[in-house]
Amino acid sequence: MTQTFRIENVGLVNRDKKLSFKFNGKTYYGYEGDTLASALLANGVHLIGRSFKYHRPRGFFGAGVDEPYAIVQLFRNGETEPNIKATEQELFEGLEAKSVNCWPSVNFDIGAINNFLKIFLPAGFYYKTFMWPKSFWYRIYEPFIRKAAGLGVASTKHDNERYEHKYEYCDLLIAGSGPSGLAGAYAAAKNGAKVILAEDKPRFGGSLLTSDVNIGNQSGKDWADGIVAELKTMPNVVVKNRSQIFGYYDHNMLVMSEKVSDHLPSTKKYHPNKRLWYIRAKEVLISSGSIERPIVFGNNDTPGVMLSSAAKEYLKVYGVLVGRKPVVFTNNDSGYETAIEFKKHGVDPVILDSRKNPESEIIDEAKNLGINIKNSYVVVAAQGYKKVKSADIASISEDKKQLGKIENIQCDCICVSGFWTPTIHLASQSGNKTKFKDEIDAFVPGQSKQNEITLGAANGVFSLEETLKTSFTAGSELSKKITENDNKIAIPNVVEKKSSQHDKFWCVPLPKGKNYKRFLDFQNDVAVSDVEIALREGYRSIEHVKRYTTLGMATDQGKTSNLNGLQLVSEIENKVVPAVGHTTFRPPYTPVSIGAIVGREVGKHSKPTRKSPMHSWHEKNNAVFVDAGVWLRPRYYKRGNENLFEGSKREAKNVRMNVGVCDVTTLGKIDVKGPDAAELLNRVYTNSWLKLPVGKARYGVMLREDGIVMDDGTTTRISENHYHMTTTTAQAANVLSHLEYYLQLVWPELNVNVVSTTEQWAGAAIAGPKSRDLLQKLFPNSDVSNEGLPFMGYMEGDLFGVKARIYRISFSGELAYEVNVESDYGNFMWEKIIEVGEEFNIQPYGTEALSTLRIEMGHVAGSELDGRTIPFDNALEGLVSKKKDFIGKRSLQRSAFIAEDRQRIVGVVPLDKQTSIPEGSHLVKDDKAPLPNPKLGHISASCWSVEYDNPFSLAILKDGKNMIGQKLFAMSPLKNKVIPVEIVSSHYVDPKGERVRS
Amino acid sequence: MLYINCPHCGMRSQNEFSYGGDASVKRPELNKEVSDQEWDDFVYNRKSLRGKHLELWQHISGCRQWIKVERDTATHEIFRTFKADEEVA
Ligand SMILES: [Zn+2]
Repeated sequence: MTQTFRIENVGLVNRDKKLSFKFNGKTYYGYEGDTLASALLANGVHLIGRSFKYHRPRGFFGAGVDEPYAIVQLFRNGETEPNIKATEQELFEGLEAKSVNCWPSVNFDIGAINNFLKIFLPAGFYYKTFMWPKSFWYRIYEPFIRKAAGLGVASTKHDNERYEHKYEYCDLLIAGSGPSGLAGAYAAAKNGAKVILAEDKPRFGGSLLTSDVNIGNQSGKDWADGIVAELKTMPNVVVKNRSQIFGYYDHNMLVMSEKVSDHLPSTKKYHPNKRLWYIRAKEVLISSGSIERPIVFGNNDTPGVMLSSAAKEYLKVYGVLVGRKPVVFTNNDSGYETAIEFKKHGVDPVILDSRKNPESEIIDEAKNLGINIKNSYVVVAAQGYKKVKSADIASISEDKKQLGKIENIQCDCICVSGFWTPTIHLASQSGNKTKFKDEIDAFVPGQSKQNEITLGAANGVFSLEETLKTSFTAGSELSKKITENDNKIAIPNVVEKKSSQHDKFWCVPLPKGKNYKRFLDFQNDVAVSDVEIALREGYRSIEHVKRYTTLGMATDQGKTSNLNGLQLVSEIENKVVPAVGHTTFRPPYTPVSIGAIVGREVGKHSKPTRKSPMHSWHEKNNAVFVDAGVWLRPRYYKRGNENLFEGSKREAKNVRMNVGVCDVTTLGKIDVKGPDAAELLNRVYTNSWLKLPVGKARYGVMLREDGIVMDDGTTTRISENHYHMTTTTAQAANVLSHLEYYLQLVWPELNVNVVSTTEQWAGAAIAGPKSRDLLQKLFPNSDVSNEGLPFMGYMEGDLFGVKARIYRISFSGELAYEVNVESDYGNFMWEKIIEVGEEFNIQPYGTEALSTLRIEMGHVAGSELDGRTIPFDNALEGLVSKKKDFIGKRSLQRSAFIAEDRQRIVGVVPLDKQTSIPEGSHLVKDDKAPLPNPKLGHISASCWSVEYDNPFSLAILKDGKNMIGQKLFAMSPLKNKVIPVEIVSSHYVDPKGERVRS
Repeated sequence: MLYINCPHCGMRSQNEFSYGGDASVKRPELNKEVSDQEWDDFVYNRKSLRGKHLELWQHISGCRQWIKVERDTATHEIFRTFKADEEVA
């Protein structure tokens, strides 16, 4: 098929490079430099989809970011992406796209029955209809709505594209490369300011690409090309096309999405698909231009009805005629510019101007070209279903209330211009309270809130001469403040045609007896009648009207619909538009890919992965790893076909019988140094620390000020003023911040320094009855006897030439030691322990065995210290000093914390000694009680006791102290289990703690 | 994202900091009798005010110093920042 609507030698596309593409399965051709929209229009394709609610046929309404209709599902390089605007998607060889919102096809769409049913879906239809009965929602309503509605389908595959984030700082950030942006950028760049110029389209120049003006004796476009070329050579300037600044956040932070690869058939190697820029700008120049707004009339959503500026852009940029028999319907001079372009290229347009007798240079030019102009005329309704075939037109009275006799004229497109709406989104997001400008019937930015200035059409200034003057000046002034340079720039002379005042007219009245749909919001199918209903039903706030009717809530964020909606509300309410006010503009200005927002932080990269120095040994020895916070830890070391249960049981048993070694590098470690170190510990921990001798370790519990246990661990006095504190793996960072808080803010008089040493030390826990024999062989020159190194003792030793720290501490409840060496020697230490331990039947053990060992000993860990328990709950009240004060002590007097039946840790054994109890199960008195069954406590941790060979759990149980011996039920609705249990002591194994001291 | 002037390091983005709450709260002295009301006020009760607010931030991915920031909770405007031991006039 040939491109029958393409005209020769017009436009900026590359005629030497023909591209093939598919739309709804059919192959077409376009050129490099086309958008999908321009290429389809060149082929005469106007039907692109179906509307969201009524499934009415949809064509192209705009030519860029404002497009409400032309949304497609894109297929590129084996991936698919929904919600792509055909007007923004650049054509590439092999592009494939499909319509959305239609089933089974765009030409025959079942959902369109919504349109022919007499009862349209009026405002609030979804709220009113689908609310009742409740049970229908999931079964009937939701599947129906999901099938019928939607703007495409998200891919369910893993996204293989890469997205990058970039942080940038600049003096001046400029949003938009139209005349105002270019002038501001150029002036600032000449003053040596660091400038970022962002343009969302592929081509720079904005309105200069399509307007008939001269700047400095060149065409507007040539001038723009020259400026951009010069800016690109300047080292202090970053010039970015395909880059949309979509959000203006606090403290002059703006976010920009750069489409790096979307215009290519596939992403180049080592390139991202998109790059998200976080830009902190000293000053921001908003030159985002303006968007033409429609005039509302009957069936104004028919394919072939489009903005007059879009028709002009398709013609001037892409060399594409959107029709051969155009009607231009306008209330201002912009429509004439489009008509003139048509006429220049051999097409005869008809202009309908709602104004009675306008006069201007532009109008004179149109008259001189012999264009048929009908004044005081309007389009009453478009006719044609899938494409405009004709227009019902009529004269209109001066008060715009009375229509004359309706005539029908043949046409194939209706280009509409209802004047211009400044794009104030970024200014508004910045916090700028916008103001209504009567002369242009639109809002413009008011007082700047952050360091932002809005210029040109975005500020409601439509004269090129004034735009250039103010923008050159602003660029100079803003940059002068920063760089203190003052390079004067001569402002070029401008030739532009003067235009006349637009008509304050936005909606064609309904002729008598006609019931045309007159749409305000094209993407969400919101018609004039919907807003009328909402107001009749009592909605007043514009924010409520918006939500009830969904006016302006679609992905185009009401770029073409907001102002006409406001005009309607103000008219019905008999208020002026500024009194109605506009809804809040929120980022993003245009849809942004989730991938771009997430960036590289996906999958494994969503958090850092930390590995101990012994990691490769674990890998080589069949460790099965588990995420422990950001760390990877061996869960168990698999032998043969062992599963987790079998493997961890073997490892735990070996600790109880012989000796095991566990990698405990991940424990948090903090060096506490200074003459007041003991005093700090004494205030931070609940127990007493002032008398701990050098070479001794102590177990401590620290609380938050509200009395809840924050963390536990051992701290060792290495020398007079030097302590080595350990924390749990999870709380390491919080504990350091906690200590810093008190040292810096609460007790600055304490002379103590704290620093994290977690990464400096590799740790191995050696546990089991044979651990001392092993230790003696590892440190033949040290006296590690029970007298030489008693329980909670500490010494330094020589591990085959490597300096080591030896702590006699135990988490497993067995005779145990912890050996630390500098991280770089971690693997050496580990291999030595394994090698020397062979004769004692040593086995490495993972976190699962570690848990088993601590659970059956009744040692608490994160599952009990869960941010809800106090020392008493964990049977740790013996560690709470009555004599001294410490952080959180006063809270322990709260009545709930001293209640007689306060919750407390207990042991739980299933009566059948067989059934493992799922963690999280509730403990209840009566398993048959009606729901919600009163909960007495919950299972915090479960294991298979290797000592007794039956399941054992820990629980936090109400009145736990007095519950030992009671029979209860453990209920887990999630696992559908009810298990009769007996409550026992939490110290299931070695209750007197003799082993650790042996 | 806020832009915070760390008195030790200079202007840094918010993602280098962690928030620490109301800076006007004073911890009761150790070993001092404290009524339930005083203790509750210290641990739980906060004004959550709209407007100018003196608050704590820690430059956690920077110098690790706790600092005081005078910020408007409604507009996010930051007026002044102080070192931990600096008197706020
Ligand atoms: Zn700092």
